[in-house]
Amino acid sequence: MNIAILSGKGGTGKTTVSTNLSTIIGANYIDCDVEEPNGFIFLNPSQIKREEVQVDYPVVDSNRCTLCGDCAKVCQFHALVRTKKDIMLFEKLCHGCHACEIVCKQGALTFEKREIGIIEEGRYGNLICRRGILNVGEPMAVPVIKKLLKNFPTGINLIDCAPGTSCNVVNSLQYADSAILVTEPSVFGFHDLKMAVQLVRNFHLPFGVIINKYNAEDDRVQKYCEKEDINILGAIPYRREAAEAYSSGKMIVELPEYKEIFEEIAKRLREVFPWN
Amino acid sequence: MKIGLSSMGKDINSMLDVRFGRCNYFVIYDTEDSSVKAIENKGQMSGGGAGIAAAQQIIDEGVDVVITGNVGPNAFNLFKNSDIKVYRCGSIKIDSAIQSFKEGKLEELTEAGPAHAGMGMGAGRGFRGGR
Repeated sequence: MNIAILSGKGGTGKTTVSTNLSTIIGANYIDCDVEEPNGFIFLNPSQIKREEVQVDYPVVDSNRCTLCGDCAKVCQFHALVRTKKDIMLFEKLCHGCHACEIVCKQGALTFEKREIGIIEEGRYGNLICRRGILNVGEPMAVPVIKKLLKNFPTGINLIDCAPGTSCNVVNSLQYADSAILVTEPSVFGFHDLKMAVQLVRNFHLPFGVIINKYNAEDDRVQKYCEKEDINILGAIPYRREAAEAYSSGKMIVELPEYKEIFEEIAKRLREVFPWN
Repeated sequence: MKIGLSSMGKDINSMLDVRFGRCNYFVIYDTEDSSVKAIENKGQMSGGGAGIAAAQQIIDEGVDVVITGNVGPNAFNLFKNSDIKVYRCGSIKIDSAIQSFKEGKLEELTEAGPAHAGMGMGAGRGFRGGR
């Protein structure tokens, strides 16, 4: 059972929800926000193993290349350009699709690998924690996410997605069986929640909503969920103690009040997404 | 000699576009016979690598000199490798830009400008012909 945690908006509390919830329900934690993976700050797993993520890029054999430019023409990502002197490669734009290799009549292209990020896996008690880290300056996160989600640990896995409804989130959702949408009662949070709802509906995933930074004065999320027949799994209130715990890298379930709230959410979770 | 200019329109009465990768058209002026032709910039609608796609078109057209406002690092290196010289110009009419070039009034770009300078409709950001 893989549960994706997404939000639409950044800074809503995906990582707070996923890390705290994983300790409460005993689920493995997988951080797919590879551009800024920060779940490990809270879970602080031990015995970390590392693995490189590599992508292919073409190398032109200038002795064979006739400068016909077919490789540059076929490249959808403008990674290859034919200049007067040579074929130039912009490796960061290359998706490693090998189309250039297929069209090259001279067989002048070979492929080499370069590292764009790493996968880390460690343990927090009995739980497995994994994360992908995209190297700074690399534009493509999807290969890291694909590798990260290739093999799942057994049991329940919480997938902490990237913010928004981008390629990275769509790619993570492909591996999910259900989803939790984290939102906050604000104009932007609400707007992005609606986009996230559309996304998970397109994937036909069962899902529920958690309202973070809840305040009783703003009920637009509740009204919307009622109208759309969406389950609200719980509401996490906005308190100074929680903010202090969070900002010093502690889990908010260490606070008794919040532990109760998360236990309540875990119960509702079992009702919404039945699992063994 | 062929001169390629980033342009907002299709003829020499159009205004020069100071964006290179995201301009609408390239006006190509041939000094041999004073002929003018315009090509649509395929880089314009590109999701990424606009400057690269635009530079490829310029290279394929056999242009010797480019006149534009600013060229990013990728396109700049491509021009360097293709022996194409780049000159900076402000947003004036294409024919005036050609005239200024002929009179030697334009400054040659010897290094690339910042990447993505032409994004955001070219307003408020990046270079405005050095002004």
